Amino acid sequence: MGAGHAHRLYRHGHSAVHALPPHTKLAAAFGFVVVVVSTPREAMWAFGLYAVLLGVVAYAARVPAGFLLKRLLIEVPFVAFAVLMPFVAEGERVEVLGMSLSVSGLWGAWNVLAKGTLGVAASVLLASTTELRSVLLGLQRLRLPPLLVQIASFMIRYGDVITDEMRRMRIARESRGFEASGVRHWGVLAKSAGALFIRSYERGERVHLAMVSRGYAGSMPVIDEVTASRAQWSYALALPFAALVVCVLGWAL
Amino acid sequence: MHVPDGFIDAPISAATGVVAATAVAVSLRGARRELDERTAPLAGLVAAFIFAVQMLNFPVAAGTSGHLLGGALAAILVGPYTGVLCVSVVLLMQGILFADGGLTALGVNITDMAVVTTVVAYAVFRGLVKVLPRRRGSITAAAFVAAVLSVPAAAVAFTLIYAVGGTTDVSIGKVATAMIGVHVLIGIGEAAITALTVGAVVAVRPDLVYGARGLRQKLKLRVDGELVDVPDTAPVAAARSHRKVWITGLVTSLVLAGFVSFYASASPDGLEKVAADKGIDARTEKHATSDSPLADYGVRDVENARLSGGLAGVIGVGVTVVAGSTVFWAVRRRRSADTTPVSTGV
Repeated sequence: MGAGHAHRLYRHGHSAVHALPPHTKLAAAFGFVVVVVSTPREAMWAFGLYAVLLGVVAYAARVPAGFLLKRLLIEVPFVAFAVLMPFVAEGERVEVLGMSLSVSGLWGAWNVLAKGTLGVAASVLLASTTELRSVLLGLQRLRLPPLLVQIASFMIRYGDVITDEMRRMRIARESRGFEASGVRHWGVLAKSAGALFIRSYERGERVHLAMVSRGYAGSMPVIDEVTASRAQWSYALALPFAALVVCVLGWAL
Repeated sequence: MHVPDGFIDAPISAATGVVAATAVAVSLRGARRELDERTAPLAGLVAAFIFAVQMLNFPVAAGTSGHLLGGALAAILVGPYTGVLCVSVVLLMQGILFADGGLTALGVNITDMAVVTTVVAYAVFRGLVKVLPRRRGSITAAAFVAAVLSVPAAAVAFTLIYAVGGTTDVSIGKVATAMIGVHVLIGIGEAAITALTVGAVVAVRPDLVYGARGLRQKLKLRVDGELVDVPDTAPVAAARSHRKVWITGLVTSLVLAGFVSFYASASPDGLEKVAADKGIDARTEKHATSDSPLADYGVRDVENARLSGGLAGVIGVGVTVVAGSTVFWAVRRRRSADTTPVSTGV
């Protein structure tokens, strides 16, 4: 919460994508991913077009490519798994560079890599153009149960606080000469985790008392109802609908 | 273990989405019954805790480290309903904000990691706590067993989902062997950390541990008659509880063996199909040399595969039991060494 009161996931800007109401963006991102997932994997060109569509969005949102690519790195463990697929999958085999690879495994790897990457890119674009708080407002607007949204908002709000508390515990451990190097130190770390739980829970109790003393009776007052005009909806949904056209073409061709 | 988009096909993603939504709705109702209007702040803070503790790295050896998944921990500390809610919210936020796990795979991820782990962990934990003597050590032991079973259970659930809706035709036997094998190992680490963490919380604030609620009342009664009860029960309970713990552990592992081999022998329906479609028996030699002896069993032919699935499961369970009870024994010894004088008094 230090600089600018924005989360590090969010990239501040004033583009048209930033200005869209959050629930339209959530709906658009979700619709896009659904369309991508239901595209046949044989239509390779379709995934190229999807990537172009996302590129257009990124350009409109003025999210630099480097930023986007760096955030895509979260996928890496999964890429490793996808690379293994051609080796273990069944079916007819082809020789590539002296290795015997399964054809269906190659298709599977391509399928997961393409769809997974596009999904991650869509989420990254969503998170970097929408503030955390408005993501929650958008979820509420999309009829997620209010209690669930409240839980999520408390998690987001106190996530940094708890993480910071954990960091302070680590510094306290380290300043006493503790260095975790193996299984023998699990006891110490687990005691920290236990203490962290107690602190989190007690903080929750204090937060609840503070809320009750301010008149909380089970539901949060909605003070900023987000609404979207027809133009904003159509602007946001241009992405999934364009993707849908590509998908239909992919099935047809 | 976060499943990305495109790994499970669209119909099954939608179906698991419905399962996840139902589970979350049930948990919302259950959590509200338990916590009233305290649900939002408390569950939110516990979710934040789970989120933070997943970043806490536990060094294993030689520079590798693992982290807690938290399903079992949440179930034991705050109860199954709130536990499911917290882990689901963490997964939802990870999916939307951190792009960790696909948006369309949210249903799969929540069903697998929030619902299955939490429910299995809590069921095992409750069962064990009922059987074991009412002591603080039993809570730790039960937490260990619950966590050690919850992670492979999630792997089994994932394998089942994959068997129905996987987009690559890797044979189910292989997926099961790999997933369950790896997750048995992960489960041991998860269990050790969960047990230690639960032990740490029980030592300080036993009233905060949802799973230890029954224990607390019983111990209060003992405090009333402290002069008579405390010195009598302490040594006897310690001596007896060890045997009980061992017997219960063995019984549980047998149950697990039945459980896993049931699923392992149920899955060759998918394998049968793949085998028929692709004619994998032609490639027996390659697989036999490729990796572990378990893989050798897995692909000889269909009849053998049925047997091998069960065998792989039983071997995996055997490894779990041996490794798990070693860790468990070490933990208990240390724990009982430094807590026996205190444990009866609390």
